[in-house]
Amino acid sequence: MLSRTADHLFWMSRYTERAENTARMLDVNYQTSLLPQSAQAAQMGWQGLLSISELLPAYQAKHGEISPGAVMEFMVVDPGNPSSIVSCLQAARENARAVRGTLTTEVWETQNQTWLELGRRIGAQEHLRDPGQFFEWVKFRSHLSRGVTVGTMLMDEALYFMRLGTFLERADNTARLLDVKFNALKSEYHGAVAGDGSQGADGEDYDFYQWSAILRSVSAFEIYRKVYRNVIQPERVAELLILRSDMPRSLHASVAEVVGNLAMVAGDSAQETRRRAGRLLAELQYGKIDEILATGLHAYLTQFLDRVNELGVRISRDFLVPA
Amino acid sequence: MKKFDEMVATLPEGLVRSLPWEGQPMAGVRPHYEAYAAWLAGRTAAQMAARREEAEMVFRRVGITFAVYGAKDEDGAGTERLIPFDLIPRVIPAHEWRRMEKGLVQRVTALNRFLHDVYHEQEILKSGVIPSEQITQNAQFRKEMMGVNVPNQVYSHIAGIDIVRAPDASGEGVYYVLEDNLRVPSGVSYMLEDRRMMMRLFPDLFSQHRVAPVMHYPDLLLETLRASSQSAAQSGAQDPTVVVLTPGMYNSAYFEHAFLAQQMGVELVEGQDLFVKDRYVYMRTTRGPRRVDVIYRRVDDDFLDPAVFRPNSTLGCHGLVEAYAAGNVTICNAIGTGVADDKSIYPYVPKMIEFYLGEKPILSNVPTYMGRDPEDLKYILAHLPELVVKEVHGAGGYGMLVGPAASAQEIADFRRVLEANPGGYIAQPTLSLSSCPTFVDSGVAPRHIDLRPFVLSGKEVQMVPGGLTRVALKEGSLVVNSSQGGGTKDTWILED
Repeated sequence: MLSRTADHLFWMSRYTERAENTARMLDVNYQTSLLPQSAQAAQMGWQGLLSISELLPAYQAKHGEISPGAVMEFMVVDPGNPSSIVSCLQAARENARAVRGTLTTEVWETQNQTWLELGRRIGAQEHLRDPGQFFEWVKFRSHLSRGVTVGTMLMDEALYFMRLGTFLERADNTARLLDVKFNALKSEYHGAVAGDGSQGADGEDYDFYQWSAILRSVSAFEIYRKVYRNVIQPERVAELLILRSDMPRSLHASVAEVVGNLAMVAGDSAQETRRRAGRLLAELQYGKIDEILATGLHAYLTQFLDRVNELGVRISRDFLVPA
Repeated sequence: MKKFDEMVATLPEGLVRSLPWEGQPMAGVRPHYEAYAAWLAGRTAAQMAARREEAEMVFRRVGITFAVYGAKDEDGAGTERLIPFDLIPRVIPAHEWRRMEKGLVQRVTALNRFLHDVYHEQEILKSGVIPSEQITQNAQFRKEMMGVNVPNQVYSHIAGIDIVRAPDASGEGVYYVLEDNLRVPSGVSYMLEDRRMMMRLFPDLFSQHRVAPVMHYPDLLLETLRASSQSAAQSGAQDPTVVVLTPGMYNSAYFEHAFLAQQMGVELVEGQDLFVKDRYVYMRTTRGPRRVDVIYRRVDDDFLDPAVFRPNSTLGCHGLVEAYAAGNVTICNAIGTGVADDKSIYPYVPKMIEFYLGEKPILSNVPTYMGRDPEDLKYILAHLPELVVKEVHGAGGYGMLVGPAASAQEIADFRRVLEANPGGYIAQPTLSLSSCPTFVDSGVAPRHIDLRPFVLSGKEVQMVPGGLTRVALKEGSLVVNSSQGGGTKDTWILED
């Protein structure tokens, strides 16, 4: 397969996945903003969302103060923001168009129709009138795109590069979500308790909604209940989203897919890239949440993101844009 | 100007009919249109409008669009438009097609013989049939090609021959070749997609008519390209690697490039995917370099190789021409075919047919006056309001004067341009191009059409029955180019 073709396929999937994750994060923020909360907490929520994607400086340069409307605008429709839903879906569609001959008719038409339909929905301002429904639509177009891909593509290199893109992006996005939300929640939670002990009970109630919102944002609320049969505890949320191999959006599950698809495309080549991916997987396989929390979640996730990023660079150099 | 319609023998002035017209049959429907006309008479306007909407929706969803040069939307991405598709097919009876097919084989064979001759012995120039300066002074003549041997001695593997129909003196329809496109003719994907769309929208019509199939075109094309590799031409065996070379997704014909590559099951490459090493061409793949044997290029000569042609081109591949001259890769169409489809060479094609094949031309040329000939020029200048004047190197319907449709001012302006550079122009009488019933806002009305069959030359010359019918959607317009408001129709060769 042409390297350029593989490159387009890889990025088409990454952008589709990124659009979905942006929608998920916006949705959870939007849902929590409907709960009674302090202005400061609300502000923190929207700011955290921008930090997840490392977009806070770009946002502030453009809009200054954090306001829910401006953040939504920036993250949904702004063509100048490469992580906005519109930008992601456009990039996904452009990459698909560049290799439409490699895709099955169904995969291409799904991408193209998503793009055409997005224009109609944005034109009708659905993202302002009914954000929940809009984000749901973005998520389901991504589900459809993945399903059509797995359901119709020949199981060869093209499919494996697309899957690589999907899971590398997902590993990155889940790690970012955890990092930012944990930081924000932890400080807020402790702040509430330390400030006035008598509000501890309320604080915990409120906390429950926050944690459950995180779980819902990665479709893990029901899974949590099923796996732990217990109240929601931050440590377990972290364990579920980092270490559980059976949780589809966890770091472990995502990296396992990366390793598997990498093996399918690499043959005997790209030894070093495969070794590093394998080692990352081994650490997730044999890691314990206590150890991770003992060394500090933020430090752990920062290092994880660096390694995922490095894998992306290496995959690009080995296969997609060879010198 | 005399009217000549494909469907009805006599066309009332400005005929527009609204659907349905059941019970009021059209007069003088030609035999090969009878079944269709009877079917059409029973449709309602609403039915047809719904079908048209469905077609547009599908074309947009499938992304059968073309980019318009120069037009950009606010994001800077090329604007994609649909080519208007008309629901009423253009029908050609089998006996007419058989004759046209023979004529096309003859014409394209002679043109390929001519190209071989021009880049080798130049017998036709030596014998004085064509003036030498017509070739050697021609910007499309590529001296790099002198003495280069190409497989099967075929230069134009894919030729698009533009044909119009017009009445002769006795009122009978005659097919004329308007133009030979021997470089990178496009439009074949619309021929195929239009057929697919018609079969989807009107399956009942295809059970009532015996329409010759065209969907095997990609197979014939692949066969032609494979037969054109050096190894296939020499030993007949081998499994050559064929690729389609596109300028990229912002090219106006990108859909077609991707479509053909997919249908043939070959790689669609851009210049950046190719490189030349030791005079062999390779593509960059995820498993390292892979040899390329045949390049179906959809990039003009000028952009193919920055080492030989435009040095700033990024669409081609450095060293390609050297690999080509060494016989290590086949380029389809060959470099330098433009010297045979230039409008200043067109008038000589009938003589070429006689010179190389010793046959009388089966298809007629449109009578042509050459600005470079003083006698002809005198005639042109005296008859501007009646003539169509074209730039010799023009394409896409630009840089031309349609005398009968031009204002006095436009004619005066054009006269000055012409007088300044008479050699750059040819002129032809304004043919009363045939029309075909077409859906318009007010109903069904006649619109002018042409036809582009695609002729493939590998080991043999072959084609699918039919071609792309283009239609000028503006009332009275003779310009069918998609860049200027033209649309397309399905073309039916009706078996007897």
